[in-house]
Amino acid sequence: MADQARFSDLAMEHMPALYSAALRMTRNPSDAEDLVQETYLRAYRGFGSFTEGTNLRAWLYRILTNTYINSYRAAKRRPEIADVEDVEELYLYHRLAPTDGTLSRSAEEEALASFTDDEVKAAIESLPDSFRMAVLLADVEGFSYKEIAEITDVPIGTVMSRIHRGRRALQKALHDFAESRGLVGTAPGRSSE
Amino acid sequence: MSGGQVSSGPGTDDVGADVDCGSAIHQLYHYLDGELTEQRRSKISEHLDYCAPCASAAGFETELRQIIADKCKDHVPDSLMQRVAQQIDAERCKQVDIDPEREHPE
Repeated sequence: MADQARFSDLAMEHMPALYSAALRMTRNPSDAEDLVQETYLRAYRGFGSFTEGTNLRAWLYRILTNTYINSYRAAKRRPEIADVEDVEELYLYHRLAPTDGTLSRSAEEEALASFTDDEVKAAIESLPDSFRMAVLLADVEGFSYKEIAEITDVPIGTVMSRIHRGRRALQKALHDFAESRGLVGTAPGRSSE
Repeated sequence: MSGGQVSSGPGTDDVGADVDCGSAIHQLYHYLDGELTEQRRSKISEHLDYCAPCASAAGFETELRQIIADKCKDHVPDSLMQRVAQQIDAERCKQVDIDPEREHPE
């Protein structure tokens, strides 16, 4: 059982990550701030049920996720069931390497680095709720499948499916940005001259 | 996680057989996520060692993931930090005043 007096020392350092996740989920700074505030209040009140030495970050994300689902998603009346387009494996890679030769390391890095923060954030935010949360927890926060299953309260098979399909949909969204900037879709157009 | 419960889909039940490109790509996410059993992990790793196209795809996916994580950071407003700290202080005072044993398990 954790001591409430230690809550701030242990929990506050996780706020930047939680705030980023809250922003991606609510897509709105004001709602994100409210969500983080509510999460910390609930976490403080429930800190007695947290076992110190176990994964505090995962525990906080679980509260954030539950709070989001119970308060914000319900408030917005978003459909609970949403799906993503079925996108093939390596969607972005195949399109950034159109000749299907191996992509040169520098061309690859250049293409990926050209995505702006706003594009990456918007691409994630374009995913339906459950896919978005799974991809965020896996790729931004680095949680394991098992941890994500515990945080989001769904079976591990469902977690894997959401992560994998969510990632492919994310690649499609990123590709659409790249295409709109003329980065892909035509000849590579790299010249040393 | 310890691995083992990951089912990697069609074409991967032949653990003893060599890994072909289709199978390697199909298991790539599980591999990069560190979610394969040691036996499967080493099979994929071996395949990537000699198969340049698959290694290139794996490198791309790794790079992409890093880019996504790097570009998804946001600055926490100072006002939010302060509000949360004040809220916790207020909650602490309230509990001391009313009932020091009060608990609200999640």
